[in-house]
Amino acid sequence: MTSLPQPQIGAKKLGLVIDLDTCVGCHACAVNCKEWNTGGHSAPLPDYQPYGVEPDGLWFNRIHSYEAEGGSCGDRTVNFPRSCLHCEEPQCVTVCPTGASYKRAEDGIVLVNADICIGCKLCSWACPYGAREFDENQGVMKKCTLCVDRIYNETLPEAERQPACVLTCPSKARHFGDLNDPASEVSILVALREGQDLMPELGYRPTNKYLPPRKAKIPVSAQPAPTASTAGFGSALLNLVDRVLSR
Amino acid sequence: MTPASSVLLLTTLTGFGYGLLAWLGLFNAAGALPRGQWFGPVVIVVALGFASAGLMASTLHLGRPERAWRAFSQWRSSWLSREGVAAVLTYLPACGFAALWWFWGQDAAATRALGLVSAAFGLVTVGCTAMIYASLIPIRQWHNRHTVPDYLVFAIFSGAVLLAVMQAAWFGHSGTVALVACLAALLALVLKFAYWRFIDRQAPLTTLTSATGVRQAAKMHALDQPHFSQNYILREMGFQLARKHAAKLRKWTYVLAFIAPAIFCALAAMDVAPVVFGVLALVTTGAGLFLERWLFFAEATHTAAIYYGHTI
Ligand code: SF4
Ligand code: SF4
Repeated sequence: MTSLPQPQIGAKKLGLVIDLDTCVGCHACAVNCKEWNTGGHSAPLPDYQPYGVEPDGLWFNRIHSYEAEGGSCGDRTVNFPRSCLHCEEPQCVTVCPTGASYKRAEDGIVLVNADICIGCKLCSWACPYGAREFDENQGVMKKCTLCVDRIYNETLPEAERQPACVLTCPSKARHFGDLNDPASEVSILVALREGQDLMPELGYRPTNKYLPPRKAKIPVSAQPAPTASTAGFGSALLNLVDRVLSR
Repeated sequence: MTPASSVLLLTTLTGFGYGLLAWLGLFNAAGALPRGQWFGPVVIVVALGFASAGLMASTLHLGRPERAWRAFSQWRSSWLSREGVAAVLTYLPACGFAALWWFWGQDAAATRALGLVSAAFGLVTVGCTAMIYASLIPIRQWHNRHTVPDYLVFAIFSGAVLLAVMQAAWFGHSGTVALVACLAALLALVLKFAYWRFIDRQAPLTTLTSATGVRQAAKMHALDQPHFSQNYILREMGFQLARKHAAKLRKWTYVLAFIAPAIFCALAAMDVAPVVFGVLALVTTGAGLFLERWLFFAEATHTAAIYYGHTI
């Protein structure tokens, strides 16, 4: 059923909290996500021409890098992992004509039932964050499952019942938990660090939160870029080599 | 948004088909059509043929076409599902309309009434199609008040052209219908002009600082991409049309889709070679509306592309 579930009192709201201050942009979470999920709930995550000139493929997590300028965080690089935010008002679910896309009442996870998806792609158009990717081989839509096959998996040691991305992050920039519980570690982080919603103006009410970069402690001022010296023995030698080689 | 020919065909062909059905129902209810026992049923078959061709084309767009029947289930929330249900339901009054026309005659009260019901169902289907686009929040060029009226008027316009051609071919003249088609072309022209003026002045839906939650930064720009080649998001939603190309294609659309058909229909209405000018109007309308629909996709931007540094 693609109508949204009635909010249940006291139901969990599972999600991720991602720290943009400490994320180093190493892509480890994306790689481990691919690794786990290509054998998990939505397996496989295909690659198209993986060894070709234009490798392409299906990933649930994409790591962008931006340059932020001005403002309290100073001029800095911000690494930004992008994946499904398990929204509370997910239009990706309500537009689905088949009932393949659904939001779970008990924990808020948004999933695709690949057995009934017709691959109309409308859900991917309805997601403002570009979080859904299409499996060109199976003809169905896939997306982050919040590692639903790990977090409740009793065959795993309790400490490992977390999404693969969270477990693997070397800078501990990713946190998983119940955002409906004000006492949970993730809720406290969000409160302390003023966790942000992405594109709140669109009204999807994402569950995942992003912790913005901390205030720059050292004032950053623009440094003149070092220039290569144009005179001297070194550059004369280089010019000579250049001329000899370009004959 | 990347234009996919299956979806362009779906929206233009169903527009022709349901537009034709609507005009047949309306004109017949008004008693404004010449008498002909075959005419009505043949027009209805053509109308349903166009609509069915469009619906078939749309299933080519699906990853799993063999499961298409599942799309009828979620009409409570999904406009795509509603479109499917409305499209299938339209066959019922339309077939009844054809049967009554044949057996009871085109002037029977029941025939006229069922003609109006068919018209309504056809237009509701077009409205559902339009709502699929109009309801998509991340695409500002679609999620606005222009999309639904535009789709309805383009359907009415193309359907009138088609009816004018068929009537001219059948009876040798298409007077009122061609005049209506001419006026509909001009109305469609005005609406398209208003639409382009509107999207040219729209502000982007979001900014990179809001999209990343880094609100304290004055500005941000993309540095490293997550991947060096394409992915689904860029292939599907990263289509970028150069402004100068868009401007040229818009001019072609004005001429092909609206101005030329308006002139041809006016000539047909004045009984100047109504078949020849009717066919010319039909050809230019078809090509023009296909181009118009291509631009509707190509000019649409998706908020997800902002993550890749695109202007949205
Ligand atoms: S991020 Fe996109 S795919 Fe995930 S729940 Fe929100 S709208 Fe749906
Ligand atoms: S692609 Fe699949 S999951 Fe997405 S809207 Fe279509 S049927 Fe639903």
